Amino acid sequence: MIKKKTSCIKYTKWGYIFLIPFFLVYTVFSLIPLISTFYNSFFENYMSGLTQVGPNFVGLANYNGLFENTNLLKFTQNTLIMWLMGFIPQICVSLLLAAWFTNIRLKIRGKQFFKVIIYMPNLIMAAAFSMLFFAIFSDIGPINDLLMRLGILDEPFRFLSSVGGTRGLVALMNFLMWFGNTTILLMAGMMGIDVSLFEAAEVDGAKAFEIFRMITMPLLRPIFIYVLITSLIGGIQMFDVPQILTNGSGSPNNSSMTLIMYLNKHLYSKNYGMAGALSVILFICTAVLSLLIYFKFTKKEN
Amino acid sequence: MMEKERSGVAGLKIKRALIHIVLILLTIICLLPFYILLINSTRNHVDIQKGFSILPGKAFLKNFQNLMSNPNLPVLRGIFNSFIVASGSAVLTTYFSSLTAYAIHAYDFKGKKTIFTFILMIMMVPTQVSALGFVDLMRDMNLTNNFIPLIAPSIAAPVVFFFMKQYMESALPIEIVEAGRIDGAHEFRAFNTIVLPIMKPAIAVQAIFAFTSSWNNYFIPSLILDKKDMKTLPILIAQLRSADFLKFDMGQVYMMIAISIFPVMIVYFLVSKSIVQGVALGSVKG
Repeated sequence: MIKKKTSCIKYTKWGYIFLIPFFLVYTVFSLIPLISTFYNSFFENYMSGLTQVGPNFVGLANYNGLFENTNLLKFTQNTLIMWLMGFIPQICVSLLLAAWFTNIRLKIRGKQFFKVIIYMPNLIMAAAFSMLFFAIFSDIGPINDLLMRLGILDEPFRFLSSVGGTRGLVALMNFLMWFGNTTILLMAGMMGIDVSLFEAAEVDGAKAFEIFRMITMPLLRPIFIYVLITSLIGGIQMFDVPQILTNGSGSPNNSSMTLIMYLNKHLYSKNYGMAGALSVILFICTAVLSLLIYFKFTKKEN
Repeated sequence: MMEKERSGVAGLKIKRALIHIVLILLTIICLLPFYILLINSTRNHVDIQKGFSILPGKAFLKNFQNLMSNPNLPVLRGIFNSFIVASGSAVLTTYFSSLTAYAIHAYDFKGKKTIFTFILMIMMVPTQVSALGFVDLMRDMNLTNNFIPLIAPSIAAPVVFFFMKQYMESALPIEIVEAGRIDGAHEFRAFNTIVLPIMKPAIAVQAIFAFTSSWNNYFIPSLILDKKDMKTLPILIAQLRSADFLKFDMGQVYMMIAISIFPVMIVYFLVSKSIVQGVALGSVKG
């Protein structure tokens, strides 16, 4: 008995030892940078021409500066609009596809093939994908040529000069990159639903849409919320696609400038105070959203 | 009754046909940009300017040679750099995430639950929000234009950890570890010789995910690397985008994009089945 106890203690030590690399690396490369970002947000610290201003402690002045400037509001709007323009079609298409793929009676052919194809854009380099869209949607690019030959357009549509065109392209890319992923997640959720529920509903004479609305949707709620919030967190981080598409300018007229592009600008111009304050705001937004998921899921367990 | 059933069957047939049409349309939308990319990477600049084409041209090798000998874009070097960073990250993240998951899975110690919750909490913190402190610290440590800040952080990857933990719960019974102990295996050796082989399927899937996400990563590398010879592919793409476009050879542009995209795509199609399964497995169970 005693011997067993000592051996147990001996093993316990290894649990801690095996956690060392993770926490060591996390502390150096994530935790300290995070704390230093917070710290920087309270200091005035930027380059004015060639002269370095600061660092001087200024309290919350950087935050005030951010909120007083209308840019923050505008870039938040841009980010949310482009996220929604991609997310709404994404969730609709994914729900439909997941419902079709999990319905055995539809006997869809090549299910595996379609899943492989629709997930594929998710693994593509966003920077390269965006560059590709920039090339094929340019004024004399292949898409304009194709649309004109098909008689849909009379003259080239200048996608990157119009607000709707640029935002639409960003949304389209986000849609293409994420709808396969969402479909697979929703499918996993749908396949977890007890089949006998559907059968019982059918016996009671429920129509396909009623079954979807009354059984599938409520049972899918947790995974639906998970998809919604993770997508929103991903949306807040939107950077590569609009950055490359507009060459970092957020053109036309700053209408496709996202929050992280704004952060990137401050980082490049070495305006550390503003960059810090913006990072803290973004951190708080994602933390609140993450906590929502966390409580949603732990509450369910209880 | 019979009639109703028959019309039901006919309705199902029409529905099936419609669904297949929608699926084929979606497939076309997904593949069309990449088809244009493939075709245009084989055409020369003048042909590309003429517009869309279904058939490939003959300039594939020429475009490739032109791009490789372009003095402003060190593409070969970029491929090499991207490969080093991505494979380094893939190896470190799978090994150490398995180790971390094993610590939580196989041992009972004080504070285990708190540590597990902590790792779940930090899972959602985006790397961008600590980028300022990260770049600042790397500059102080003289690690700019170095691959260490791009590879080493992958040791602490909460998402990979979570996947490995889920996998261990279904595939690694604690009895196996105990049997190893009776045979006198040292704890660390037991992990390397008994646990890792069992984790192979999970490691393969996560290695591919880690490789591609590192290969595709643009934000942090662009802040760490600015020396010409150290740049990775996404940074070169951004550089290409900011170049004066009217003077640029579009054949080379398409070739550059193709080189960044197609290797990942080919690997994906070879192992797509386990990848698609891995996506569902890694998500939080609903």
